[in-house]
Amino acid sequence: MTFTIPIENGDAVKIAEAESQRTLYPYVTGTSIVAIKYKDGVLMASDMGGSYGSTLRYKNIERMKAIGKHSLLGASGEISDFQEILRYLDELTLNDNMWDDGNSLGPKEIHNYLTRVMYNRRNKFNPLWNTLVLGGVKNGKSYLGMVSMIGVSFEDDHVATGFGNHLARPILRDEWHADLSFEDGVKLLEKCMRVLLYRDRSAINKLQIAKITEEGVTVSQPYSLKTFWEYSSFHNPTASAEGSW
Amino acid sequence: MFRNQYDTDVTTWSPTGRLFQVEYAMEAVKQGSAAIGLRSRSHVVLACVNKAQSELSSHQRKIFKVDDHIGVAIAGLTADGRVLSRYMRSESINHSFTYESPLSVGRLVVRLADKAQVCTQRSWKRPYGVGLLVGGLDESGAHLYYNCPSGNYFEYQAFAIGSRSQAAKTYLERRYESFQESSREDLIKDAIMAIRETLQGETLKSSLCTVSVLGVEEPFHFLDQESIQKVIDTFEKVPEEEEDAGEGEAEPEAALVAAGTGEQGGSGDQDVAPMEM
Repeated sequence: MTFTIPIENGDAVKIAEAESQRTLYPYVTGTSIVAIKYKDGVLMASDMGGSYGSTLRYKNIERMKAIGKHSLLGASGEISDFQEILRYLDELTLNDNMWDDGNSLGPKEIHNYLTRVMYNRRNKFNPLWNTLVLGGVKNGKSYLGMVSMIGVSFEDDHVATGFGNHLARPILRDEWHADLSFEDGVKLLEKCMRVLLYRDRSAINKLQIAKITEEGVTVSQPYSLKTFWEYSSFHNPTASAEGSW
Repeated sequence: MFRNQYDTDVTTWSPTGRLFQVEYAMEAVKQGSAAIGLRSRSHVVLACVNKAQSELSSHQRKIFKVDDHIGVAIAGLTADGRVLSRYMRSESINHSFTYESPLSVGRLVVRLADKAQVCTQRSWKRPYGVGLLVGGLDESGAHLYYNCPSGNYFEYQAFAIGSRSQAAKTYLERRYESFQESSREDLIKDAIMAIRETLQGETLKSSLCTVSVLGVEEPFHFLDQESIQKVIDTFEKVPEEEEDAGEGEAEPEAALVAAGTGEQGGSGDQDVAPMEM
């Protein structure tokens, strides 16, 4: 990739090229992911949009993928970096399978591996511009965790990324409880996704819900939420705030 | 085994398809003092005979903790054993750091075996002269493996290596079918009894052996001398009259009376090289 150009300050060219190799800002991004633990495992929801700045450019992006036998990864942020992460994990799970010894990487191991990767990239000032949600079930134990682009990582009963943190988590804090049934879990996630649809401008009305249980991963077909635009405050939005728009 | 023209370096095959240097390395394991491992469904016990260079020195350490869930007992060149234990600790801790999860024993022994194999296929290296009994616990249960200088590894219910290990193996062969369902205490007792077999006549004292245990909800640790002596007392029918009886004191129930039959006591091996323990 680097070839020497015979100029005086030869290093300047190399440095300039090196600069263009680091991630400076994201280009095609996915918005929030919302995920909760429920009775049989973990439920995760995301829309299928890929924004190019303020343009809602791509409308068929799957932002949740199964990893190995026991885990489900959802990502918001730069889509190309998500694809890179999927390649890393593909290699990881392939090598894990090649051992062929009855052991397999569970969600906890994958979460920690990703934390290491994200943190190391951040230290090199070349981050993978994603916030990742890792959910899974192994040996009957459910696991749900999150890693950010700077390597902050933690586990919780419910997590969300991006706008989801501000709009969805308050709902989850009030209404989530342990051992939700599948139907209640989906209803709760749809409630969160609906709020995000109304209020997050990079959200589109085409979403998928994925579930992971001891049996494995299922990602639903894409579908849309019913919306209602006839709220009185939508009719006259600036009634209580003169001068705003 | 006799010297021949194909045994000079490890990269020379003999016409019968043998690598003599590797086999000589396995001989080194047989010269070391005995190490024994046994496992049940939930526990692994590693035990060894303490051998001191002389009366003035302390005995060599032959059992190492690799991690809370893995321990290793060695026989042969202890220096090689120490280096490999350090490698195992390193692999284990790196895995824990990246995945926050204990390394499964099976994968550790494969890496160890591959490392040993490299030394059998480079002209500028020599095989490791140490046999390792790796005992550990992971998701799939308790395991005991034996890693050979040749780069082979095998899984065992129970095994013994080192000098006079055949006596211990005979004892273990009689009893191994009960080990899988054995209780922790019985497993420890069997290990110490197997050690006694390798001593062949010498009185069994807790100072002569080192015993370590690991199991479900029990991280790897050594048993203290008191606990070992207690177990010994349960099957030594007649306690010793004199504490420091020295070599050759016969146990009443053992038929192996050590009356000048040319047996060597624990520390009388003149033909063992100083570096081998």
